[in-house]
Amino acid sequence: MATASLDIHRDPAWRGRVFWMLAAAALLAPALVAVEFKLWLLFAPDNLRITLRFLGDFLPPAMSGEFLAMVARETWRTVAIASAAMVLALVLALPLTLLSCAALSVSALRGRMHPLAWAVRQTVRALLVVLRSVPELVWALVFVRVVGLGPSAGVLAIALTYTGMLGKIYGEILESGDLHPTRTLLRNGSGRLQAFLYALLPGNSRELTSYTVYRWECAIRSSAVLGFVGAGGLGQQLDASMKMFNGGEVATILMAFVLLVALADAVSAQLRKVIG
Amino acid sequence: MSASHAALPPRPPRRWSVPLLLLGMLVLAAASFIEVGVDWRRLMSADAAQRMGRFLGEMARPAVEPAFLARLGVATLETLAMSAVGTLLAAFFGLLLALPASRVPGQLSQLWRVPTRWLLNVLRSIPELVWAALLLISAGLGPLAGTLALALHTTGVLGRLFAEVIENAPDGPAFALRVQGVPRGRAFVYSTLPQALPQLLSYTLYRWENNIRAAAVLGVVGGGGLGQMLSFHMGLFHMRETGSILLATITLVALVDLLSTMARRILNP
Repeated sequence: MATASLDIHRDPAWRGRVFWMLAAAALLAPALVAVEFKLWLLFAPDNLRITLRFLGDFLPPAMSGEFLAMVARETWRTVAIASAAMVLALVLALPLTLLSCAALSVSALRGRMHPLAWAVRQTVRALLVVLRSVPELVWALVFVRVVGLGPSAGVLAIALTYTGMLGKIYGEILESGDLHPTRTLLRNGSGRLQAFLYALLPGNSRELTSYTVYRWECAIRSSAVLGFVGAGGLGQQLDASMKMFNGGEVATILMAFVLLVALADAVSAQLRKVIG
Repeated sequence: MSASHAALPPRPPRRWSVPLLLLGMLVLAAASFIEVGVDWRRLMSADAAQRMGRFLGEMARPAVEPAFLARLGVATLETLAMSAVGTLLAAFFGLLLALPASRVPGQLSQLWRVPTRWLLNVLRSIPELVWAALLLISAGLGPLAGTLALALHTTGVLGRLFAEVIENAPDGPAFALRVQGVPRGRAFVYSTLPQALPQLLSYTLYRWENNIRAAAVLGVVGGGGLGQMLSFHMGLFHMRETGSILLATITLVALVDLLSTMARRILNP
């Protein structure tokens, strides 16, 4: 009885649903070919045996004191790379933000921005776009060539990408807030830096800090993987253990990864709560 | 004491949390720089400048041979396909895992909630690049490893976000259907899902944007697409080819940035 009554009320939109499903499938098919989506390869006997042996090695995880101390040290190094990179990114992003922020334009108060000022702002913005369009991993590859293997390359890589990101978002935050106090100060003849320090910054400091803390958390995540190209930290250790097919060590490092990210998550959430 | 001084309000109470926080940050920054030991002299040296200059100089003359450009085009499409397939898989499995992970009334059992959340957390906290490196062992070099890596990490991210969306969706319509005797599955499909769909779609699109960036570099560990080409040519010091690949990567990422900014401006003016 119940099923019969449900069948009478057939989905009135079924034609549209079927059409869109088929259209999506037609679009998806070439993409599946492009990514060589041959899932059965995962279950080919040879591959499966290697995978299972590797996974079997995960238990028990490597727990020798020496190895744990090394993992702890690399974890701290990962955090250090991220923090140092954030400091550098802040130092670079602040002046660029001040240069590119349209809210601090004196000429814009009288209608149009001065052409020269406009040109400078657009140039700085273009520079920020280029900085953040190069993924940090690619910067790391470049810097490994320039300064050699090691954490310095990771620091510089994250610093440059994050300068681009911070510069953009800081500019957006500053321009989206209440501009009245800033304009009043500028109209009454205060300097741009004064207007920034006494009106723009206090008005937006919470949002700015909260975004910076969030980015720090992201930086920890990316510094953990930069090691794969030789930029130090947990990633490098993971890469080494993986190349030796040492499942136990890989398991321990993966656990350190999960713990580190969870910790950064929690600290960042707590900090943002304190600030906000 | 003048009258104007006397009229001043009392000093606000001193808050120690802010100076302590600042001090903590300073200590962390200093310790980090000591630990990392950036060799500024080497970085600013003539040798490094020369290397950087040579690098940029070679990149300024990118390779434009038609055969190479064709391969570059294929790799770019591969990167796009990886991100699209990875995100779609993640949206599907994310939704599947979000159901047991969310706390909605009328659910069969709460037993699965905690383990599913743990699974999502683990999937999420291992970065795509690490997943790709792990998957190389079973999937071999190539875009399949990269796609699955994107799918695994994104499933963790989307599953958590989707669970929140499902929990926040109004329960009234689903309740009304269930009271009428509609099975739980159908009630979800015809009441909760349509309400949550716009939010689910916008999260999925946002992750797709992230995944295009990620897909561009996944190949560095052997996961296919532009990254694999990059690490291949960079390893052989083919600097002109490297320049072209970097330009393609930058263009792709900047284009995605621009399109998503525009789309967001159109969607919420």
